[in-house]
Amino acid sequence: MIELLEQYGRLLLVGHYPNGPLGGLAMTILTSLLCLAICFPIATLLALARTHGNKTLARFYTGYIYFVRSMPLLMLIFWIYYFLPYVLPFSLSPFVTIVLAITIFSSAYLAEVIRAAIEALPKGQYDAASALGFRYWQTTFLIVLPQALTNCIPGLVSQFILIIKETSLGYIITFNELTYVAHELNKILLVKPVEIFTILAISYFVLCSGLSQLGGQLERRIARGRLSNDSDQ
Amino acid sequence: MTVTNEDPILQIKDVHCKFGNFEALKGINAQLEKNEVVVVCGPSGSGKSTLIRTLNRLESISAGQILFEGRDIYEKGMSVETLRTKIGMVFQSFNLFPHLSARDNVALGLIRVLHRPKKEAEQTASELLASVGLGDELHKKPMELSGGQQQRVSICRAVALEPTVMLFDEPTSALDPEMVGEVLSLMKTLAGRGMTMLCVTHEMGFAKEVADSIWFMADGQMVDRAPVSDFFSGDISDRAKSFLKAIH
Repeated sequence: MIELLEQYGRLLLVGHYPNGPLGGLAMTILTSLLCLAICFPIATLLALARTHGNKTLARFYTGYIYFVRSMPLLMLIFWIYYFLPYVLPFSLSPFVTIVLAITIFSSAYLAEVIRAAIEALPKGQYDAASALGFRYWQTTFLIVLPQALTNCIPGLVSQFILIIKETSLGYIITFNELTYVAHELNKILLVKPVEIFTILAISYFVLCSGLSQLGGQLERRIARGRLSNDSDQ
Repeated sequence: MTVTNEDPILQIKDVHCKFGNFEALKGINAQLEKNEVVVVCGPSGSGKSTLIRTLNRLESISAGQILFEGRDIYEKGMSVETLRTKIGMVFQSFNLFPHLSARDNVALGLIRVLHRPKKEAEQTASELLASVGLGDELHKKPMELSGGQQQRVSICRAVALEPTVMLFDEPTSALDPEMVGEVLSLMKTLAGRGMTMLCVTHEMGFAKEVADSIWFMADGQMVDRAPVSDFFSGDISDRAKSFLKAIH
């Protein structure tokens, strides 16, 4: 296995970069980060649409959640990859397909996490903000989101870990992420599937459990932040 | 009661408020003069809190009219945000913003609503908090303060915007007994400075000492409205008498 890593470790890590396209673990991480960066604001807006009180917005939200919940991610990937080129004047690369599919998919789940955190805030917070004369967006950005988003960090971290794992579905449309690279390697070598897929398993485990740890640390730091910073004042 | 020739600050005319089929307010009439301190009391479920929450439109009314400084608060062109900055409100459960320090709780309204420069607002907030004995707690988060301290911060938060009227919704009901005094004495100080105040409270000692009038409510109706001396000398309805007996 060490031998394998010495010879192909670089391929698994960054693909053919810098002489060819980026791939492997780096691609997995990059794609996940990009998906999260796009999902997060969309999910926040969706959650606000649901909690705003406007019926049309709430209906749109409910419809969207139903839509996403009613299908497997893999099917969404197929539809975007194989169907969209029929209606669009151009075809989408595997990378864009995966980012689009995960964004559509995870935004819905992330929105539910954020909505729960918003709805868990005591009504008194809204009363107090209103009584001070804050407008809707002021209340949202100054009072509601700072509290709700820190409260839902455990949910955010789980969702991010899910995103990382979901990128492995890119394998099916030849998206150059870690699973695909590992599989390609296996096809070339043919005789070392156990070693290759052990390395793959360990990579995902390290990445995802590392994030869990980080999430735990973040929570503890925020718990401390709820207290004052008297020591440095 | 301070006698003035000005219009009352608040006029409440035949106000009704419904929650579904439940009528919380059944035609309330009352008015609040400038510099007047009124204590609203009555059994729970009588509509006291609902009444004061209708005054800054935290609850909507289903019929009637509320005039603030002579203007209908539902009038077109009357911005609800402007109305609310002129009416300070203090809540039973304080409702401080837990992610902000005591000083930032007070300064936030000054910065975001009255658009004061940040430095100046923080200065004002610090001075205000110091004046109520919280000068050493400026940077503490609400969670680290006692109930009494939190309520004093929340009073400062409302007072900072220099409102015309202050509404108190059972400000001492959630406090441990030994902390009630510090909040009441701050309210007395405010009253002494001529602040117009409407306080829902069961602190009859406070009412005797500070209030000009008492409004007694029951079942969504205004049963008694009397100057404080009349109220305690027994010139009131039987309903109010039995209420007074029960809480003593």
